[in-house]
Amino acid sequence: MANYKMHILVCGGTGCRASQSEMILDNLKTELETKGLSDEIQVIQTGCFGFCEKGPIVKIMPDNTFYVEVTPEDVKEIIDEHIIKGRKVNRLLYTDPDNQEHIADSKHMGFYKKQLRIALRNCGFIDPENIDEAIAKDAYQALGKALTEMSPDQVIAVMKDSGLRGRGGGGFPAGLKWEFAAKNASDQKYVVCNADEGDPGAFMDRSILEGDPHSVLEAMALCGYSTGANKGLIYIRAEYPLAIERLKIAIKQAEDYGFLGKDILSSGFDFEIELRYGAGAFVCGEETALIHSMEGERGEPTVKPPFPAESGYLNKPTNVNNVETFANVPVILLKGAKWYKSIGTEKSSGTKVFALAGKINNVGLIEVPMGTTLREVIFEIGGGIKDGKKFKAVQTGGPSGGCLTEKHLDTHIDFDNLIEVGSMMGSGGMIVMDEDDCMVSMAKFYLEFTVEESCGKCSPCRIGNKRLHELLTKITDGKGTMEDLDLLRNLSEVIKDTSLCGLGQTSPNPVLSTMSNFWDEYIEHVTDKKCRAGQCAALKQYIIDEEACVGCTACARVCPVNAISGERKMPHEINQDICIKCNACYEKCKFNAISIN
Amino acid sequence: MAKIKSLADLKKKQEEVRSKLNLRDKADNPESLVQIKVAMATCGIASGAKEIMEFFVDELGKRNIDAVVTQTGCMGYCYAEPTIEVQLPGQEPIVYGYVDSKKADEIIELYIKKGELVDGIIPQNYETIDNK
Repeated sequence: MANYKMHILVCGGTGCRASQSEMILDNLKTELETKGLSDEIQVIQTGCFGFCEKGPIVKIMPDNTFYVEVTPEDVKEIIDEHIIKGRKVNRLLYTDPDNQEHIADSKHMGFYKKQLRIALRNCGFIDPENIDEAIAKDAYQALGKALTEMSPDQVIAVMKDSGLRGRGGGGFPAGLKWEFAAKNASDQKYVVCNADEGDPGAFMDRSILEGDPHSVLEAMALCGYSTGANKGLIYIRAEYPLAIERLKIAIKQAEDYGFLGKDILSSGFDFEIELRYGAGAFVCGEETALIHSMEGERGEPTVKPPFPAESGYLNKPTNVNNVETFANVPVILLKGAKWYKSIGTEKSSGTKVFALAGKINNVGLIEVPMGTTLREVIFEIGGGIKDGKKFKAVQTGGPSGGCLTEKHLDTHIDFDNLIEVGSMMGSGGMIVMDEDDCMVSMAKFYLEFTVEESCGKCSPCRIGNKRLHELLTKITDGKGTMEDLDLLRNLSEVIKDTSLCGLGQTSPNPVLSTMSNFWDEYIEHVTDKKCRAGQCAALKQYIIDEEACVGCTACARVCPVNAISGERKMPHEINQDICIKCNACYEKCKFNAISIN
Repeated sequence: MAKIKSLADLKKKQEEVRSKLNLRDKADNPESLVQIKVAMATCGIASGAKEIMEFFVDELGKRNIDAVVTQTGCMGYCYAEPTIEVQLPGQEPIVYGYVDSKKADEIIELYIKKGELVDGIIPQNYETIDNK
């Protein structure tokens, strides 16, 4: 085999592929072929690098050059300049927003500096479709170690000591869960991987499956070994075609090598994994609903107990863990519980992956030790707020979580701290909002989502959330009253207390947390009929300044509903009853004569 | 694909495939390794820098020396091409000129392995803005 002089890594995550990274890959291969360099330079498609904001990403090794926002047309220049002449293509390097300097080495980028990547350890480093690359990075070593040197109880003990908690949102200790499943005797048990990632704005599970599928397969086999299950099922949403494709390849390769199947590594332990597709219902992320969906029933939750560990899939003991939780397992077994425990905070060990989204400069996927502050995540790794605007709030935990404000920025992120300040970890989605975001509308947006996703089985969630949404719509339309606000709060409490499953029990959280943190905004909407962010169209008023208006008639001509009247060269006027607040006149006016109240 | 039947087999397989990722692994902390930069501008390439770079990549691999070989632009010593810069961990970089495969072999055997200086060093005759 030829010794490659360089490796070119091209991001093959869903985000970068949507921006033509596949074509970049093809162009690179063709160009290298034409130049006769195919034997010297290896091109590899990897999983997600996390820095999705600046995708597609192309990284050149060994000099660690990190190119951002690469287009298929840039390929020729990269090959001609960087590969052949050794000159970096400056215009494709990441520019430090603080001092406008180009940063070539990703290690020096603010985005990567504070990160510690355990679950994402191989994402953006290996080719996820090549099991050999995974093996080179320790894949299946933990399984080998457990099967040859450890008893199932010992594996569970390590998991318990590590303090790993469920990364899907609940934060339940994973080791304890495994122990429950192990203790329930049965002729058949199951291991289920919950890949039904439903939080708006969260995409870490998808990226792990796309970038390092073997880490999850290995962990499921480990879980099967320690709980006494020989069958694994991955419940994944059908909207993740790339993750499904890579999982299928990975399962096939693992079977070929004998890491899945009969008598794994001559230990006598059998384990197989199958995929089950979900139709993308949020409630199916709840483990009982997920199990029903897999059984072919309606995806509706049932009351716990019985817990899946006693009676789960086909009424057999079943252990359900989320993708990110599983991705941590092999490393914990290889490096030990003590090592893992040393990372993070006392009650939440390890790291957490967050998906940064919203009005933040560095949108993407990051992994930090538990205990990192929100400020570090948003301002240092996330690069602060877009367009120099002011930070207003961050929504953590998705539709079940709450929003946190300026005063919470120095909170050390872990499961318990976030609950204490009125939000939750959830699956790790972080949506950042700035001064232009209206908090009432934000709550309404999440309610829209829960109304859509409610399975309808219990009435508090089915009817209650609908009513909450109606109340919020009334308020954003400028028709709300103070009584509505009382009703909103009461109803929220009732829904929380009486709903059947996690979805309903947490769905009013965005309402309650915005009410407690942004009460004055609710009041403004109701009493002053004002939306300070200017987002609630119904509360906006477009007014023409008589002094500034020159009567050019541009606004009147662009108005789609003929709400603007006036003589040529005379000040114009907007009829508020007709105006639909489409903003067209505001954009058209060259004299800044139109203002928004 | 042959089945892997034991932990020992798996370890053996890992040894076998690890070299494929060596280059990427090493790039993670080049400071702790021998770093060689080969000047690959027009002048360098015309004088055979490409062959020298290949020589280093292959030979360092064969002789089991962990090193990062990268290319760089013209260092300005066009009269002495091919030129290379060698930096041992924790030491100042040293530039060698007129590097052919014989000289390259000498550099690996004497300088990189034993730390003995070899003829052909181009002294640093400029200051960088970092020092100003």
